[in-house]
Amino acid sequence: MRFGIAVFPGTWSDGDCARAVEVLGHESVRLWHRERDLQGSDCVILPGGFAYGDHLRTGAVARFAPLMEAVQEFAAAGGLVLGICNGFQILCEAHLLPGALTRNASLEFRCETTWLRVETVDTPFTRDCERGGVLAIPVSHGEGRFVADPSTLDRLEAERRVAFRYVAPDGSAVGEASPNGSMRDIAGIVSEGRNVLGMMPHPERAAEPLLGSGDGMGIFRSVVEAVAERSTFAAVP
Amino acid sequence: MTTALPVSDATLAEVALTRGEYELASRRLGRVPTEVELGVIGAMWSEHCGYKTSKPLLARLPVTGARVLQGPGENAGAVDIGGGLACVFKIESHNHPSAIEPYQGAATGVGGILRDVFTMGARPVALLDSLRFGPFEEPAQRHLLDGVVAGIGGYGNCIGVPTVGGEIYFDDSYRHNCLVNAMCVGIIEQSKLTRAVAAGPGNLVLLVGADTGRDGIHGATFASVELNEASSERRPAVQVGNPFLEKCLMEVCVTLAGDPRIVAMQDLGAAGLTSSSAELAHRGGCGIEMDVSRISRRERGMTPYEVMLSESQERMLLVVRPQDAASVQVEFDRWDLHSDVIGTVTDTGRLVVSDGGAPVCDLPLDLLIDDVPLRHPEALRPAGLDEALSADPFAMTPPWSMGETLLRLIGSPNIGSRRSIFRRYDHQVGDDTVILPGGDAALLRVRGTAGAIALTTDGNARYGALDPRRGAAIAVCEAARNVVAVGATPVGVTNCLNFGNPEKPEVFWQLSESVEGMREACLALGVPVVSGNVSLYNDTEGVSIDPTTVIGMVGHLEDLERRCAAGFGQDGDSVLLVGPMGMDLGGSEYQRLAHAVNAGPRPTLDLDLERRVQSAVLEMVAAGLLSSCHDLAEGGLAVALAESCILGGRGAQIGERLFALGTPVVQAGLLFGESQSRFLASAAATSVAAVRAIARRHDVDVRELGTTGGDRVAVIDVFDLTLTELARAHAAALMPAR
Repeated sequence: MRFGIAVFPGTWSDGDCARAVEVLGHESVRLWHRERDLQGSDCVILPGGFAYGDHLRTGAVARFAPLMEAVQEFAAAGGLVLGICNGFQILCEAHLLPGALTRNASLEFRCETTWLRVETVDTPFTRDCERGGVLAIPVSHGEGRFVADPSTLDRLEAERRVAFRYVAPDGSAVGEASPNGSMRDIAGIVSEGRNVLGMMPHPERAAEPLLGSGDGMGIFRSVVEAVAERSTFAAVP
Repeated sequence: MTTALPVSDATLAEVALTRGEYELASRRLGRVPTEVELGVIGAMWSEHCGYKTSKPLLARLPVTGARVLQGPGENAGAVDIGGGLACVFKIESHNHPSAIEPYQGAATGVGGILRDVFTMGARPVALLDSLRFGPFEEPAQRHLLDGVVAGIGGYGNCIGVPTVGGEIYFDDSYRHNCLVNAMCVGIIEQSKLTRAVAAGPGNLVLLVGADTGRDGIHGATFASVELNEASSERRPAVQVGNPFLEKCLMEVCVTLAGDPRIVAMQDLGAAGLTSSSAELAHRGGCGIEMDVSRISRRERGMTPYEVMLSESQERMLLVVRPQDAASVQVEFDRWDLHSDVIGTVTDTGRLVVSDGGAPVCDLPLDLLIDDVPLRHPEALRPAGLDEALSADPFAMTPPWSMGETLLRLIGSPNIGSRRSIFRRYDHQVGDDTVILPGGDAALLRVRGTAGAIALTTDGNARYGALDPRRGAAIAVCEAARNVVAVGATPVGVTNCLNFGNPEKPEVFWQLSESVEGMREACLALGVPVVSGNVSLYNDTEGVSIDPTTVIGMVGHLEDLERRCAAGFGQDGDSVLLVGPMGMDLGGSEYQRLAHAVNAGPRPTLDLDLERRVQSAVLEMVAAGLLSSCHDLAEGGLAVALAESCILGGRGAQIGERLFALGTPVVQAGLLFGESQSRFLASAAATSVAAVRAIARRHDVDVRELGTTGGDRVAVIDVFDLTLTELARAHAAALMPAR
């Protein structure tokens, strides 16, 4: 299969994502922000970075890129879109996902390993993971505090659209150790159609045990399986 | 060109020239310089650009070696790391700006050093920062620290280059002059190394990247004078960084590396267009002619003087053949970057500047570069040194038990955990960081090879204050030990010499001695110096910083699988001291903490022993015999032991009875003394004989001290602490109660 990796000016995780895809034995192409052609991608990754310098607000300019028009259409047609870090911020700005990412509660940038509990395996991004399993995946952001109004949060929970939650290494509540103070410790969510995932942690940085963790590969493997099956990604009631 | 100045003392002070230097320039020129020319000469003859004080000293450093691909004189040095690849690196100071405006000062320090590396075509893969502040306990110092750390993170995190290492020390000496030294490391195919050598008269000169504004005018001269009360009013001399723009510029420059259309690339740093154009042309033995009216400006009404001396960041000069200019400009357009054709390469050997055709500057390049009037200040060994050196550190009784001393040391600002700092830096982007910050050296794999590079910075000004020569030599050895501890062979040095005003004979003596110490150690260890930077005039109100030689070191590891980390790797291993038992308390962190003094004989250093110990350890790691390896530095043996326990998440029982013998101060000497040329390693019991055999062959001592494992860290009959309390103290070191 083919992953399309978006490149905005200021994107810097495109190489890391390409590497993770390569480790998995698959192909990737870079998608330039000014173009609308997704080059036959089976899954589009919006990687980390500071697209357009994050001027104005994270992701605020990127959502207007020509490429994002194509991504919107692709997502609307059920295509798989994985937004990582800055990609998650862009997806929220583009209203492909609800909520927003605000300044970390610590008011400081954080780069460290976090532990994520897999809250649902009923998404094309987590189907290969174990429900309730804990993944060690690093974060690297200054604005990753997920916020939404209470009704949106309740809806996300009710529809089992919270994909990952920050937890302590043993799976218990993260409490004070949260990297960013996200509401309900939310680290990643999927769209209503379950075909768009946004997450602040970087699974591509957890692609090789040599670098500390291989736990991120479950997410890429899930995508490969889902694409192979051409499933509809609809939520099971 | 009739704007000759009736030059006043104030004008000369502005451009940091003495009247004698001004008269010399006028004599060489055969006339008085114009206003623009005076600014150009002042910048080029400043210490920052012209190295007028340090040049004769730096010539003593060893700069050649089998691996050296590029020595000093270019934007950065380069060494061969196998597989047809070059590792390009340099360290540079941004001390003066950071003291005035910590965030932007540090941020643009990072931006500047990144440009030095990617202007050679190399993709930056790592950043390191060596920082010095006044006492951590003082809120004003923490404010500076916070601003500097935020600035480094703000730039490095945004541009997507990992900050993988560095060091921070706090000392009274830096209260009014913080030090911010930034190092960048890049990798490139050797055949694509791009040099900043203009060639081909008639070729075009392109200025690309950011527009030019009034920021940073006189930055180079500002960095070449002492700070004073009025310095904070010089904030306009501090530049403002735009990492987003630099990211775009970096992507284009890295793409253009090795492209036949690019004749030369040169970044704009200190003294902006002035020094970059002059150096570019001078290296190629050419001349250069530019029209400042063609330069995109950020603001209206800028004079040619301001344009020539602006230090606006994120700018780059390129030399291209006329027929290639348009196609090269397309590459920059793709990233929405301006590129202006601002001039041509000539064969006149002159720097000629006009403003829309009106001449404003016409100077011979050799006047600007070769004729820098070197200063040969008097060198004088400071009075009072003998008294300090002859103090007896063993005359002072330890105020605390050994256990309490260890807890205090491991939790002190100079030794405790740096996690609260490095977690504010993205240290993983690029997906190559195998050993993260917190160990001896960062280790990055090198794609396309089986190998890795080990990176570190080091420097200890307490030793330097007692003996600058020894201090600088120890900085080299200690940096090499960091690299060796992970299993890598030291292959190249970059250095940053941070000193006070060299016009003071004592400071010049310190500088001269330090260069000598660096030379001796580099020769002994066989590591060449390939790049560096000098930061002088780190004085405030006449008081100089302690001499601070910072060494950036790159090591190469052939086989990534043969690496070693600092934390104890498994329970039941033998804890080994590789190298001599010693008790050098003079200049130690123990002495600072327990007695608030820096006195007594500085640590002894036997360079031949150092070399043998390092060779032995490299062989042990390569043979896969060690479960962990950590170098002994500040805090001595006991601190190294505690760190290996904390990093490895397991305790250790030291059964060696030597530590319990003797008076408390002798115990302190053995536990916390900073004797050189030592490593704390661990190895499976079955490997110890092989370790000993290697050590014997190198004529190096190995002593079995005890065993790893358990949840306590104990030295028999001396102290017995829980791993938890040590780890807690370590973690809390830089976390003040808010």
